[in-house]
Amino acid sequence: MTDLTMRIWRGDENGGELVDYTIESQENEVVLDVIHRLQATQIPDLACRWNCKAGKCGSCSAEINGMPRLMCMTRMDQLPQGPVTITPMRTFPIIRDLVTDVSFNYEMAKRVPAFNPPPMPEGGYRMQQIDVERGQEFRKCIECFMCQNVCHVIRDHEENKVNYAGPRFFIRYAELEMHPLDTNDRRELVREKMGLGLCNITKCCTEVCPEHIKITDNAIIPLKERAVDAHYDPVAWLGRKITGRKKRTADEAAADRP
Amino acid sequence: MADYEHHSYDVIIIGAGGAGLRAAIEAKQRGLNVAIICKSLLGKAHTVMAEGGVAAAMGNVYEEDNWQVHFRDTMRGGKMLNNWRMAQLHAQESPDRVLELEQWGALFDRTKDGKITQRDFGGHRYARLAHVGDRTGLELIRTLQQKAVSMDIDVFMECKVLRLLRDDQGAISGAVGYWRPTGEFITFSAKSVILATGGVGKSWKYTSNSWEGTGDGHAMAMWAGADLIDMECIQFHPTGMVWPLSVRGILVTEGVRGDGGVLRNSEQKRFMFDYIADMFKAETASSEEEADKWYDDHTAGRRPPELLPRDEVARAINTEVKAGRGSPHGGVFLDIASRRSAEFIRRRLPSMYHQFMELAGVDITTTAMEVGPTCHYIMGGVRVDADTTATAIPGLFAAGEVAGGMHGSNRLGGNSLSDLIVFGRRAGMGAADYIEGRSGDITLDAAQVQAIINESLVPFSREEGENPYDIQRDLQELMQSNVGIIRTGSELDEAVVKLEELKERANNVIVKGNTRVYNPAWNLATDLPAMLTVSTCAALGAQARKESRGGHTREDFPKPDAAFGKVNMVLSQENGGGMNAPVKVDPQPILEMPDDLKVLFEEAK
Amino acid sequence: MAVDDVTITEVKLGGRRGGPDVPTLRTDKWWKLPLTTVVVLSAFVVYATWAAFLGTSNFFYEAHNLLSPFYSPCFGHICQTNNVTSSPFLDWWKFSPALIILVFPLGFRMTCYYYRKAYYRSFWRSPVACAVQDAHTKYTGETKAPLIIQNIHRYFFYFGLVFNVLLTVDAVQAFIWPGGGVHMSIGTLVLCLNASLLWLYSLSCHACRHMCGGQVRNFSQHPIRHKLWKFVTPLNAKHMQFAWMSLVVVALTDVYVRLVASGTITDLKIF
Ligand SMILES: Cc1cc2nc3c(=O)[nH]c(=O)nc-3n(C[C@H](O)[C@H](O)[C@H](O)COP(=O)(O)OP(=O)(O)OC[C@H]3O[C@@H](n4cnc5c(N)ncnc54)[C@H](O)[C@@H]3O)c2cc1C
Ligand code: SF4
Ligand code: SF4
Ligand code: FES
Ligand code: FES
Repeated sequence: MTDLTMRIWRGDENGGELVDYTIESQENEVVLDVIHRLQATQIPDLACRWNCKAGKCGSCSAEINGMPRLMCMTRMDQLPQGPVTITPMRTFPIIRDLVTDVSFNYEMAKRVPAFNPPPMPEGGYRMQQIDVERGQEFRKCIECFMCQNVCHVIRDHEENKVNYAGPRFFIRYAELEMHPLDTNDRRELVREKMGLGLCNITKCCTEVCPEHIKITDNAIIPLKERAVDAHYDPVAWLGRKITGRKKRTADEAAADRP
Repeated sequence: MADYEHHSYDVIIIGAGGAGLRAAIEAKQRGLNVAIICKSLLGKAHTVMAEGGVAAAMGNVYEEDNWQVHFRDTMRGGKMLNNWRMAQLHAQESPDRVLELEQWGALFDRTKDGKITQRDFGGHRYARLAHVGDRTGLELIRTLQQKAVSMDIDVFMECKVLRLLRDDQGAISGAVGYWRPTGEFITFSAKSVILATGGVGKSWKYTSNSWEGTGDGHAMAMWAGADLIDMECIQFHPTGMVWPLSVRGILVTEGVRGDGGVLRNSEQKRFMFDYIADMFKAETASSEEEADKWYDDHTAGRRPPELLPRDEVARAINTEVKAGRGSPHGGVFLDIASRRSAEFIRRRLPSMYHQFMELAGVDITTTAMEVGPTCHYIMGGVRVDADTTATAIPGLFAAGEVAGGMHGSNRLGGNSLSDLIVFGRRAGMGAADYIEGRSGDITLDAAQVQAIINESLVPFSREEGENPYDIQRDLQELMQSNVGIIRTGSELDEAVVKLEELKERANNVIVKGNTRVYNPAWNLATDLPAMLTVSTCAALGAQARKESRGGHTREDFPKPDAAFGKVNMVLSQENGGGMNAPVKVDPQPILEMPDDLKVLFEEAK
Repeated sequence: MAVDDVTITEVKLGGRRGGPDVPTLRTDKWWKLPLTTVVVLSAFVVYATWAAFLGTSNFFYEAHNLLSPFYSPCFGHICQTNNVTSSPFLDWWKFSPALIILVFPLGFRMTCYYYRKAYYRSFWRSPVACAVQDAHTKYTGETKAPLIIQNIHRYFFYFGLVFNVLLTVDAVQAFIWPGGGVHMSIGTLVLCLNASLLWLYSLSCHACRHMCGGQVRNFSQHPIRHKLWKFVTPLNAKHMQFAWMSLVVVALTDVYVRLVASGTITDLKIF
């Protein structure tokens, strides 16, 4: 067996550094296995999050050789030879080692106006598979927050965090906008307060999503188009000016929805 | 250094899986001041990993289905050891609970006429599992999480509860814990506490459970004086991954078999036909042709034997492997590639497809999977009242995997997710009712709190001692080999002795490095007492139950014994117990089923 | 629900980040893709500028009725000097018609969701690749002028459709030669290929997908729009490919026509 060099960022809010650890390699391991072996043998206090070890819970997000990945789904044998660099997610404040404070995301979740369906008929709602499929894609999200982490809007521009839902919550808004039963209209909200316009569709969120959700194509761009429908469309705007009509309220929008 | 944060609530709910979240929603709807506490981030509990579906007799696919059939399946699956009242409530209420999820935004897969579609699972007579591909648990937890967040329920994430507190009248008064990100201590005073801490699987070597499955709730309840029942009844799921070694134990959903996958041994034989127990002969296919017809039309043939209850299938696989007919890595083959189109497999089982592709480099649309039993679920748990989920301790309630009784000696697939939402809700109601009838303020005993805090800090003060990881590893080896899928008296005796040795070592555990900030070694050290307590309970229960029943198989007593079928193994400690305190084992009669329900079983014979 | 009803929960700012303070830790060749984009797009722009401003002859091969896409629809002075039949309407225009024509495809592509990604990454380096630091310290995305203009992309899409029709007409006319009869040459095929790719590019546009059906909530109640959406969705997934192919082929079509018209090569007749 050969030896692996794991170059792991150790530190906390007071700073830190990359530290090299050597451990023998074993067949068919994922990065998280190596981290666990290091914890059990060399670095008992190495902090990292994990739960399912099967790519289902989205706990073990980190940056492996500079790219956001799930540690439990990254096989060692698929990484290039040489030291493997493991660092915490960059966008969120550090707690310790590989663990970051992801509360930003939970705050953004709180801002989402709740799903608002009509009263349920006897025997449950009827929905067609084709109507639920679009939303189901977004509901695959395991909240690993790697899309949030890679998004340069907040990764490189801290000040935007105040007003930016981020890709994970853009798919949530898209899901609700496409939900066959929802009666809320969140288009203006997403544009005005959730920072939809800050996204420049450079697609890094889609690149890192472990669930292969087409975040940009299927959620963000459709939301941007909806924002055009609701707000930017110059012809509609002109129409409003001429006829003196206001923008449709959410209720009106809901009412003429089939 | 009485230096800790304090919070006061009407109800605290320990656990943010399906059960905890559902309980919180209910309690909040009753106007209570509610907090949820969980060890991981919100939305990462075991529930998120559930794959196959949630069982509810909605009759959307087979109109013949109704609560009586579901009730009967559940009881038979549990080998009649179940708390019949829980099984009844569960069967009656789960359809409404599932529909309710759609009111909160869930999107289940549909039938042609727009209802929720349902899939087949082992032990269920009709296609009964509402699902979303193979990520049903994710849908369930996310829906409940989003609902809870929209109701403004306080959540304490990454906060581990160490112990429950009782007042001098014996009623529950709160809990002590610590924040994992900071290592700071925290106390809660609460009129009522709901336990929803999930399972215990982390004490076994090959398990589908995460680090969270340490049985904290089971242990804390017993330490505080509540009863545990049937802790020997542990489900080994027949199909876990066996290879690569590093992912051994990770679950392969039963949905693979429900959707047409079959089990074969190294001779390519569908061996399950050789393992049909008498109890299931009447409704199980006797030939491959008959079984294959069933998938398309359940009236055209009887059920394939691959869909027998999990205990039956797990034992069969175990026997095949022991007889030398296993796969190269010590499992058997689960083959869906040769039976369904690649497109079908990718659509119905997307996460299984990825799991094998990415972890094992195996394409399940072309190649058979290698699978073997893995520790999955504990049927036993805290003894509760069916209607209210109340435990023996006033004000303490328990729901979900931590509660015992609902599943008897073996749980049917899909019955857990429905259990969570049915009894999670009832726990919320039970706690709310209890609080209405309760009066007086709550004060916590500062000395008791301090003692708990001190105890958890001892590992830092030792000069020398045991590495917590070593103890955990040895415990897992021990439980896997001696209290595993097949048990025998002498091995159990040995396990009980060795567990005491492990406790001695745990009493001497040391945590190096002096930070409490997200220190996994310390976190593990604080998990060990619960792991060792529940492991002891499992071993003691298994020792006492001298029969084979459901998830408990004794090589030396291979048959069920009617006498044991009428008792729960009750395990208990005095209030103020702990890992080192003795555990009392006491068989007590199970709840007698009323005659109008007994009829359901006679007709079937 | 009104926009103001939403509680804006507080976000902690300014916590120290983990990991070393370097622009990136990536070890792969992440710069390859943006570099390629810069090279190809620049080459196109240089060529198109030359073709529009200076290449005011040889954009039409009369014998086989091949008109360069850069000069379609042809109008103004130049058409007569090059024997292109055009409307007498804009005869007074003295410059290259390409100057006006190109505004539309240029606007269409500049506001295209895919090209936006491509140039924001490669030219603007915001970000140049994932998990590589943004080259700019200030960032307002597409919320302010001029980038807020990107939101009118759908109107460029409509103009794009008009051009697609015109170029399709050109391709059809390339079958009808001045000498009479229906013929085909390599040039005809090139024009057809060009028109097809432009159609594919337009049909795969995100705004198109939205307007075809993406905007409805309940597909089951809009079967026709669902069908349309189902049709364009797989095309949309290939939008990037169509964007590049159509770009390259437009330029090559122009090159081909010029080579033929200037007599450098002959346009092989098939029938
Ligand atoms: C891989 C897998 C697949 C499964 N598939 C299915 C399926 O298809 N169908 C089905 O019905 N069932 C399935 N199950 C079983 C089912 O998912 C679990 O039994 C169920 O989710 C348990 O839910 P729960 O709410 O009781 O607890 P969990 O979801 O386990 O949650 C426990 C919670 O308690 C918290 N907690 C624990 N201890 C403490 C403490 N000391 N302090 C604070 N918080 C604490 C944890 O942080 C967590 O939030 C599956 C299980 C697994 C592991
Ligand atoms: S596409 Fe938008 S949301 Fe996604 S990473 Fe890029 S800027 Fe962020
Ligand atoms: S959308 Fe994808 S990348 Fe983003 S949080 Fe969800 S799973 Fe992770
Ligand atoms: S541990 Fe759950 S996704 Fe990696
Ligand atoms: S043309 Fe590219 S998105 Fe519209």
